[in-house]
Amino acid sequence: MSAASTSTAPDAATSSEALPTAQQHGIKEHSDGRFGFVPVQTRSARFKSFDVADFPAVTGREAVWKLSPVAKFTDLTAGELDGAVYDFASTPHADVDVTWVDRTDARIGGAGAPEERAAANAWSTFEKALAITVTGEEAKEITLTRSALGSAPRAAHTVIEAKPFSQAVVILQNTGDARISENVEIIVGESANLTVVTVQEWNADAVQLANHFASIGRDARLKHVVVSLGGGIVRVNPSVHLAGQGSDTELFGLYFADAGQHLEQQVYVNHDAPNSRSRVTYKGALQGAGARTVWIGDVLIGNTAPGTDSYEQNRNLVLTEGTRADSIPNLEIETGDILGAGHASATGRFDDEQLFYLQSRGIGEIEARRLVVRGFLSEIVQHIGSPALEERLQGAIEDELRGTEGN
Amino acid sequence: MSVLEIKDLHVSVETDQGTKQILRGVDLTINEGEIHAIMGPNGSGKSTLAYTIAGHPKYHVDSGSILLDGAEVLTMTVDERARAGLFLAMQYPVEIPGVTVTNFLRTAKTAIDGEAPAIRTWIKDVRESMVRLRMDKSFAERNVNEGFSGGEKKRNEILQLELLKPKFAVLDETDSGLDVDALKIVSEGVNRAKENTGLGLLLITHYTRILRYIKPDFVHVFVDGRIAEQGGPELADRLEDEGYDRFLAETPVG
Repeated sequence: MSAASTSTAPDAATSSEALPTAQQHGIKEHSDGRFGFVPVQTRSARFKSFDVADFPAVTGREAVWKLSPVAKFTDLTAGELDGAVYDFASTPHADVDVTWVDRTDARIGGAGAPEERAAANAWSTFEKALAITVTGEEAKEITLTRSALGSAPRAAHTVIEAKPFSQAVVILQNTGDARISENVEIIVGESANLTVVTVQEWNADAVQLANHFASIGRDARLKHVVVSLGGGIVRVNPSVHLAGQGSDTELFGLYFADAGQHLEQQVYVNHDAPNSRSRVTYKGALQGAGARTVWIGDVLIGNTAPGTDSYEQNRNLVLTEGTRADSIPNLEIETGDILGAGHASATGRFDDEQLFYLQSRGIGEIEARRLVVRGFLSEIVQHIGSPALEERLQGAIEDELRGTEGN
Repeated sequence: MSVLEIKDLHVSVETDQGTKQILRGVDLTINEGEIHAIMGPNGSGKSTLAYTIAGHPKYHVDSGSILLDGAEVLTMTVDERARAGLFLAMQYPVEIPGVTVTNFLRTAKTAIDGEAPAIRTWIKDVRESMVRLRMDKSFAERNVNEGFSGGEKKRNEILQLELLKPKFAVLDETDSGLDVDALKIVSEGVNRAKENTGLGLLLITHYTRILRYIKPDFVHVFVDGRIAEQGGPELADRLEDEGYDRFLAETPVG
């Protein structure tokens, strides 16, 4: 468990012709190769490119990779990916168009750009993008299911566009085998109200590296929910650009890591317009040897974003020995004129007093633990806004908890 | 008739300064239908007795026994004690985020009875108890104790006392922090539970105030980990007038 916060850095280090030469005693480059390295201090200044060739080979020391098991997916960061279209199933709705579009589609690249090599590798490779276009002001829900991606390394690109004033809940359901690096662009038009839920229930050895880039227009709202339960290595990194005045985002995450699972999410909220609002709430449970979770939450409040209201939090519940949860909230504020900005992080074992209270009412220890975990995680489930999915996920959490009892 | 017997109970806790002995030989017998008040100054071990009966892991029993109808309570787990018929109304009930009062009550009732309560009568029972304790019906859907005021938490404890119907209940400073209206409501709830089920009560309190509303059959004065004096309700009146100074003066300093 760790926590860190940064504030706006001064301008990058200045250089001068008069600096001592490399031959001078004591200034020889260190063997770690970091000499002269100036880390990117502000989140928005990180290097971005659509081209995989612009990124050096991944070492695992990069800020975006340092908590990930990079040796286990070199095929996705350095190898050749299959960018062909794949099979999916989607529930039909007259006001939601789901279709493959060419790389030349005007929306592609509109919501963000890769900041690391796996994302750029996918971007360089995908042949067609799957475009989900939402129109119509009535509430509606569609589910897009991918269950046959296979275990060969693959690239994918998805565009979800909510037209101005439209409204929908879009559920991305992921099961089966996968070795995938992918980018998802989410474009929320003016005054639109979009919910995107991505559910990861992959097979046990699946690897998924996903980057979601969202751009939110004036007075528009995005609710984004990441639910990661199944898979070997699952990294879903949502990056939200609050680009329009009065734009609003709520980012929720729920993850349950079992023995040997690596579940990671790096969340970035960029407040870039007046009166924008963000709430980030991620909750995770860990059980079993080697269960590992990573949460990094970056919030940047730019000088373009007076009146910002922002809060991010991450909570982890450690159920057994031998697990590790990293939790790193970062808050950068470039303007003094804000409504609020806060962050919180807590990682802990069961509260023994909660257990005592429940047991003192006759509830057995196993049932008491289950109640506490279910309660802890259900806060996220309750916010999804799809009754059928909420009910199914409550069941899925029950299944995960039953796994605890076997330990 | 049920009986709860506490025999020569010695209890200690681990502190930063090492093991600290708190209870130094407590003997107490409570019969079903009796109300015993345990009074005493701060730090005399009253709450330790309450938590030891309930089985809180923080307290180590060095010697002695607690028998419920002859069965040793000290070897039971916390939940087994509750299922055997013991109940502790806590001084500071904890919050359980994400678990609604409704869900919690039903789960507890099911655990205590060994079977789920009949839905229709159960919902009616819960609703009626809540009305009598002046608890708004919105409480049912709130998370257990989360955001409850001090008085609301105490009423929630008595709600459980009424619904779970234990044989013996320990009320640990249930009166503390309550204004007079809340104190009356809570006391009425306790008296109702006793009328309905005939349970035995161990009422732990620092003040005599609650004894105006819940009439004890016996009063025990706790000082320095043991019972220093016992008597009938008149002992409470005397404490009201004199306070605990008389007992504290007898306690060796250091």
